[in-house]
Amino acid sequence: MTRHYTARAAVRAELGAGGRTRLATLRSDGPYALRAAPDAVYLVGAAAGPLGGDELHLRLDVAAGAALAVRSVASALLLPGDGESGAHVRAAVGPGGHLDLAFEPAVAAAGSHHRSVTEIALADGATLRWREELVLGRHGEPPGRYTARVDVTHGGDPVLRHELRLPDRTLQASGAVLGGARCTGSVLLVGPGLAKEAHAAEGLAVMPLAGPGVLVTALAADSAALRRRLVHGESLARAAVDTAENTPAGTGQTPAVRFS
Amino acid sequence: MALPASLLLLADSRLPAGGHAHSGGLEPAAEAGAVTDLPTLTAFLRGRLATTGLVAAALSAAACGHAARTRGGDGGDGGLGGHEGWSVLDAETDARMPSPAGRRASRAQGRSLLRAVREMSPHPALDALAAFSAPHHPLVLGAAVAVTGGSPADAASIGAYGAVTGPASAAVRLLGLDPLAVHRALAELAPQVDAVAAEAAGHARGDPRDLPAASAPALDIFAELHLQANLRLFES
Repeated sequence: MTRHYTARAAVRAELGAGGRTRLATLRSDGPYALRAAPDAVYLVGAAAGPLGGDELHLRLDVAAGAALAVRSVASALLLPGDGESGAHVRAAVGPGGHLDLAFEPAVAAAGSHHRSVTEIALADGATLRWREELVLGRHGEPPGRYTARVDVTHGGDPVLRHELRLPDRTLQASGAVLGGARCTGSVLLVGPGLAKEAHAAEGLAVMPLAGPGVLVTALAADSAALRRRLVHGESLARAAVDTAENTPAGTGQTPAVRFS
Repeated sequence: MALPASLLLLADSRLPAGGHAHSGGLEPAAEAGAVTDLPTLTAFLRGRLATTGLVAAALSAAACGHAARTRGGDGGDGGLGGHEGWSVLDAETDARMPSPAGRRASRAQGRSLLRAVREMSPHPALDALAAFSAPHHPLVLGAAVAVTGGSPADAASIGAYGAVTGPASAAVRLLGLDPLAVHRALAELAPQVDAVAAEAAGHARGDPRDLPAASAPALDIFAELHLQANLRLFES
């Protein structure tokens, strides 16, 4: 017998007294729980998966001036099941707000079929840090099918529309797409004070976008090397900062997120 | 139906639009050892077709549809030659090209193509694009197909076709591969080129926000690495 779940979770962060962020909403059901810690809200999975057929919907609202960091406690192991599994994240960040959304890697196990959709709408003056990491297969196994799209807008204008489509191993092996790398990931920073110059090294590119952001893209043979490359790339993306007046996306500091 | 010669001109690599100066990422991929022979070239072409090829073809189809609807001069947005629509498509193209080097290559090829097609077939829709100092290549291609009487499906076909023929030709020059073997590989890819073009054409009438955005991380990295290379035969 196969049972699917549809989990829904929502967070709303507001600016509270004394400039601290207050969680006005923290709601979750199904096998996912949201837990507020001093540094971030954590997504805690209470079951294996997702399996094919499972769906997670996460809604994030960051009100004007508030700052929210969202993490996961462990990597997500994408498993086969009855059809596609799906993860849908919709986020809205108000003026002067900051969202830092960085989950642990997704691991696309053999036979899995996963689709992830992320939509982030930033108001004018809102800032963002977003990270995604993908591991293609557990050790020594071929990966499942994986598609992830992220759409980020700022003041209604598109900043980044970016889709990773890996329907079969051909594209993973292609020198144009992943070049055989088992791991790929990105960090997107949106805000003022970021690098204006591109940088590239083996398996890493730091790319100032046409809009107000920088995308760091990395390829690596394993998840530890991927993380090192992304951390290095992120530090380069912030390297343009040379004054104390830059705002959160540029300073390398997540603003103090203290939930009260 | 006979293939219209006006559209064949747009698909022809001999069109004096600067395409020969760009390798579509093949040169840095070869430099990095990611493409060395026919099998790795075929894998490269398949990957490029399914990612940036699909995106370029879909943008070309959308641009063709927009150019045909606005008819260049008086189409629905205050006589600006569809300027507002072109601005939207320009921004949507930028948002799908994270690499600054990739955006520059697209705009350089767009400017060259626009110069060529305005000489060949002057039309108000092309004048509207000339308002941009360097419009993206897929948008110019779509507009050029529209003014020569072609459809969004035609624009998508030419876009998808160009996504593989450019790098294939560069591979012959850079790696000394057998041109006949490379063309056999292209012939074997033809059904996939058609499938990508069909998928791209299906987006021509929809909201530009929903156009495909398939990315190629390795191509993005190569595009930036290429600028650091000491010796380059191709601009991109």
